[in-house]
Amino acid sequence: MAAWAANSNNTPDRYSHKGTNTMIEFTLNGKTVRTDVTADTPLLWVIRDEFNLKGTKFGCGIAMCGACTVHVDGGAVRSCSFPVSLAADKSITTIEGLNNTHPLQAAWIEEQVPQCGYCQSGQIMQAATLLADNPNPSDEDIVNHMSGNLCRCMAYVRIKKAVKRAAQDNQNAVQTYTPETADKEA
Amino acid sequence: MSLQKSKKDTIDLSRRGFMVGTVNASLLMAFAPAALASVQTAKVALTEKAFSPTVWFEMNGSGEVLVNIARAEMGQHVGTALARIVADELGCDWAKVSIRHVDTDPKWGYMVTGGSWSVFQSYKPLSQAGAAGRTVLIDAAAKLLGVSPDTCEAKDGLVVSGSKKISFGDIVTNGDVDRTFTTDELGQMPIKPADKLKLVGKDTRALDIPAKTNGSATFGIDVEVDGMIYARPVMPPTTFGSKVTSVDDTEAKKVSGYLGHYVLDDPTDTCQGWVVVTANNYYSAVKAADALTIAYQKGKTAEVSEADIQARGKALAMDPANGALFVEQGDMSQAREQAANTIEAVYTTATASHFHLEPVNAVAYEQEGQWHVHTGNQWQSLTLPRVAEAAQVTEDKVTLHQYYLGGGFGRRLYGDYSIPAVLTAKAAGKPVKLVFTRPDDSYFDQPRSASTSVFRASFNQQGDFTGMEHTFAAGWPTKAMASGFLADAVDGKGKIDPFSASGADHWYTMANHRATAVNNDLAHDTFTPGWLRSVGQGWILFGLESFIDEIAHQAGQDPVAFRLSMLDGKGKQGGSAPESVGGANRLRKVLEQLQAKVKNTPLGKDEGLGFSVTAGQERTMPCWIATAAHVHVNRQTGDITLKKLTAVVDAGIVVHPDGGLAQLEGSLLWGTSLALHEGNAFENGRVKANNLNAYTPLRMNQVPDMDIEFVQSNEFPVGLGEPGVVGVAPAISNAIYQAVGVRLRDLPMRAAQLKEQLKA
Repeated sequence: MAAWAANSNNTPDRYSHKGTNTMIEFTLNGKTVRTDVTADTPLLWVIRDEFNLKGTKFGCGIAMCGACTVHVDGGAVRSCSFPVSLAADKSITTIEGLNNTHPLQAAWIEEQVPQCGYCQSGQIMQAATLLADNPNPSDEDIVNHMSGNLCRCMAYVRIKKAVKRAAQDNQNAVQTYTPETADKEA
Repeated sequence: MSLQKSKKDTIDLSRRGFMVGTVNASLLMAFAPAALASVQTAKVALTEKAFSPTVWFEMNGSGEVLVNIARAEMGQHVGTALARIVADELGCDWAKVSIRHVDTDPKWGYMVTGGSWSVFQSYKPLSQAGAAGRTVLIDAAAKLLGVSPDTCEAKDGLVVSGSKKISFGDIVTNGDVDRTFTTDELGQMPIKPADKLKLVGKDTRALDIPAKTNGSATFGIDVEVDGMIYARPVMPPTTFGSKVTSVDDTEAKKVSGYLGHYVLDDPTDTCQGWVVVTANNYYSAVKAADALTIAYQKGKTAEVSEADIQARGKALAMDPANGALFVEQGDMSQAREQAANTIEAVYTTATASHFHLEPVNAVAYEQEGQWHVHTGNQWQSLTLPRVAEAAQVTEDKVTLHQYYLGGGFGRRLYGDYSIPAVLTAKAAGKPVKLVFTRPDDSYFDQPRSASTSVFRASFNQQGDFTGMEHTFAAGWPTKAMASGFLADAVDGKGKIDPFSASGADHWYTMANHRATAVNNDLAHDTFTPGWLRSVGQGWILFGLESFIDEIAHQAGQDPVAFRLSMLDGKGKQGGSAPESVGGANRLRKVLEQLQAKVKNTPLGKDEGLGFSVTAGQERTMPCWIATAAHVHVNRQTGDITLKKLTAVVDAGIVVHPDGGLAQLEGSLLWGTSLALHEGNAFENGRVKANNLNAYTPLRMNQVPDMDIEFVQSNEFPVGLGEPGVVGVAPAISNAIYQAVGVRLRDLPMRAAQLKEQLKA
């Protein structure tokens, strides 16, 4: 008898209606994927249970904790309340899609942010959209952007510090052209 | 009255010997039953597995050390702290240390993670085990190097003797180790004085953090097994006494993926009137459960409200005869009779929910007669026997597999959520992954009971304070879930939940002091009262430290000066070595240090600075904390703004300083959240707020400034996970009084109530 393997990824008949629903296609962490789950299934369960990416978490189910945050075409979305049908032809990125290379992930380790860690995928995905739009956020910008994400361990002080650090590290790493410095160099 | 008895039941390392032996090119180091350690050689026992060896750490030929961790990881980085303790004494290279969280097996001994005990209980036995391991390595190295062991020193994974040296890995590869330490020998093994520590008390990074930044950390909810189906329970209308009279699944059958439903028949009586829906994916289980029409015969508490529970608590607490005596100092009855004046106050706290972010869940299946449960759990030794009872098997036929906990906070002590998973798997004959939705989880929570505390203080003709009576009523988690841990009253009349009374036995010197613990029976009839981070200290200290200010004001004294005058460390307040050495003197010092720190705080209009001192989690393991809250009150709206928290903390040696700081940051904010933002209420027999649209824990935009200072100390390390919670609420209430002269005595403190009292 085969041993039960934790985290194995095969339950072939999970959807008894298989074949009866419309196929939905989208990009998940850069790869094209298809699913025929019922159209109202929240994207969260599709990511977690169809595609076995467990880093995106289930917290409240009503888009009020942020543990399930992913990027849909670059914007932060609460996947627990986002029907998979809306993901059709869109590009979805999850925490796994950051490939351990996002400056926020390094900053999260540097500032020793996580306690239990359950909310942190969502926190990082949420923060990533802030830095994408606003590479040098103020404290107020960070608080405004992050207050929809609950951290039950209340590691908020460090989350804020880590966002600032990542922004800072980014600034240091990227040479930004400005007329002023261009003048000086010239 | 002490928790020592119950605590001893959880420390069995102290009754063990220790064995170190070379087995299969590795060096195994294990605690062993005392009897066995005296009759067999380490190598034979470890090789032949003559007993089930408790392998606490092992070292391979590369000098890599693996430390087994039997404590749950729920955000406290416990594995890092415990491994640092071992590694420091062993003298190994920290870069070569890794940790493994283990499953349940009798060999690990009693398994519980709670009470802020992990480091406190493990410090001495793990230090001694590390020291024993080092002794053995040095002896083996001395032989290999041809020198006397006295000339050798172990450090950074090497044994060095003058110009000669050998790595731990080479010792493991070339040495032949076979050594047994008796219980006495291990118990007498000297441990390093604080000034010789190289890892303990020094900065490091937590080993569990990287996996928590990339989605790879596996929590219970992430487990899948082949062939499993998904399940969601439907919560009954009352926790107790609900019966299902009919189920109509006509609508559920229209949900694609719906497999069926089970009305649970639970030998443990945990699930009374439960229906569980199964489906071949989780969302279908959620929808199908919503689509069921279930008729119930409700339990007798179907109408119970928060006000009913509070009223019952107050009625009971008004008469100490209803309770069990927890503290009896001096002659309180006489002090009251002779009093020229008395004051009385009633403090309450509302029901509070855990709201751990990972809803409770479990994967359960039976395989070849063995039940396997995959979930995150804090108190495996409490949970496992109940799971066995549910499955109707003996305890050896159950294995609990441990994962990261998406928040513990006391909710995952008793892993009762495993039971419906096991019952459903048994009924379905298949592996089942049962996940509670957030509202399901809130209804099945073991919330912190509402509490009612009655305080009376006596004063003599001169207006001096002469004594305090304190009677406090609440539901008791220990009575509900682990009644073997109830303690005797000080007069032997009745039982007390020590975790729901701790804190009432404070460190102030009072000539006359009586504290009485009362059990609120209506709370127990209605729900399972839970251990919520800091347990009874959470409601007891809110009342106590607020009422101390009331006494000071009545006596015409400054609240801080009044506290300092009573923190004299005399008599029973002198503490005892090692864990509470110094006693109240240490509490006085942190308060003095805090006072100096905040004395120049500029206070604007309608602002106040309130103080508290606390010594959680219990007298036998006090973490000395003084907390100051700087608060602003908006007189028009009643809004309370917590501008800053300042805390001075003496926790003895802090094994993992950054982890300790993180616990303080989190626990102070927990205290803030429970003081100002979190309160639930029973309504028709269940909690009213079951999700974040109604339950509102603190968010980033509500975080105050914080200044946390640890006292540099070489004293015995005490627990840090909970004690920071409890001083915040009274410091805020004291600050509000200073700001606007209003005394708030109900938690959470709400703007509407403050506005009301400002008008009065």
